[in-house]
Amino acid sequence: MRRLVALPLKKSFQLAYQSIRVRFFRSLVTTMSLVLAVAFLSFTQAGNDITQGLVNSGEPALLSALTHAGYDIHPEGGAVTGSAKQRWIVFLSLLVCIVGIINAQLMSVTERFREIGTLKCLGALDRFIVRLFVIEATIQGLAGAISGAIIGTLVAIAASCLRFGFSSASFIPWADLATTIFMGVGIGTFLSLLGVLYPAIIAARMQPVEAMRVEQ
Amino acid sequence: MTDTKQIVRVTGVTKDFDLGKIVVKVLKGIDLEIESGKYISIMGPSGSGKSTLFNMIGGLDKPTAGKVFIDEVDIAQLDAYELAWLRCRKIGYIFQTFNLIPVMTALENITIPMTFAGVSNDDALQRGMDLLDQVGLTGRHGHRPSELSGGQQQRVAVARALANSPSIVLADEPTGNLDLTTGGDIIKLLKELSLERGVTVISATHDYKMLNVSDQVVWIRDGRIDKIQERDELDIKTGGLENAHM
Repeated sequence: MRRLVALPLKKSFQLAYQSIRVRFFRSLVTTMSLVLAVAFLSFTQAGNDITQGLVNSGEPALLSALTHAGYDIHPEGGAVTGSAKQRWIVFLSLLVCIVGIINAQLMSVTERFREIGTLKCLGALDRFIVRLFVIEATIQGLAGAISGAIIGTLVAIAASCLRFGFSSASFIPWADLATTIFMGVGIGTFLSLLGVLYPAIIAARMQPVEAMRVEQ
Repeated sequence: MTDTKQIVRVTGVTKDFDLGKIVVKVLKGIDLEIESGKYISIMGPSGSGKSTLFNMIGGLDKPTAGKVFIDEVDIAQLDAYELAWLRCRKIGYIFQTFNLIPVMTALENITIPMTFAGVSNDDALQRGMDLLDQVGLTGRHGHRPSELSGGQQQRVAVARALANSPSIVLADEPTGNLDLTTGGDIIKLLKELSLERGVTVISATHDYKMLNVSDQVVWIRDGRIDKIQERDELDIKTGGLENAHM
């Protein structure tokens, strides 16, 4: 018989949730960079979706408003996609976001060195530690990405209403916006997980002797 | 029966720390046998290798040469899973800095090793409450470590160390961060629990209050065992101190 230590999944969620709740402000700051990046991504994408919806509407007043706003409208109705520059800016914002997440998570690991060492002394395996950090990052990632995607899309809708008048609201392509929100949530959660991977591995590899060290 | 059982056996253990340019020989060949159920103090000046030896016994560090047996199992032969199991079920750790998990309540701190050991939630809570009673913290189960005093935190740590009924409790300077009276209380508690449960207590310490309750004192000097004194040899030496303390 193998002598195994265990950490049930339910308990892992409980621990991760507790850790976020107690360090709520800190988690909020970590999550904020994700919220902003995903909001920017969703805002850009939703803006394109809405413009596309307006073009498809074929209303002469809206088309002239679009042309006036600087969009090149082809009579045959080509697809509206973001410019290369726009895509680069979104990409860069996501890149900055992930570096921010790695930084915040590394600090959180350093802060909890003793805690991790103690857990290992009590019998925790490396993978328990990784699991705790990954669950924490998933919760933060989902919360941050959902709020970011919704904020970004709402701002895009509000912006289009202001620019093209409230009559444009009837041409908003809701299905495309929903896809945009889902995509934003997916990308945000993925970034959060990507960002925690390296810090979690560092945490898991830490030797339990560290818990014994007095200075810190 | 258990009197003669060797719970910990250390044979020819050396430990070198490679600091790049120089190699520091911290332990220079330690042979030690610890009987089950005894209260052992490891004493020695800082830098004597006391903590290193202590970490070896706890399976937290591997010796450069020599073997450490816990319950007749060579811990160098264990893989990561078995080592985790050993730390979880066989050994209870008490730290100088208490090392409670700050985000958990006293009760949760005590039940976490039981969760690792696969004890069901209800049983763990019940045993946790019993342990809190035993260490004199009845009614404090909902408090976080930051809401407890140093002595109370160390009591929680003692309860946590005993959670899975280990055979060995390793205490690293358990009184180092406590004042005289509180430290004395913790030592008394450890001694009582050791007698009550027949658990072997091994503590590394500077604290001469420890000597009063120790069955055996191992003096470490410069990486070697200087001498091992039994209880009765000690009384003569520390009689004065003991009277002063009582």
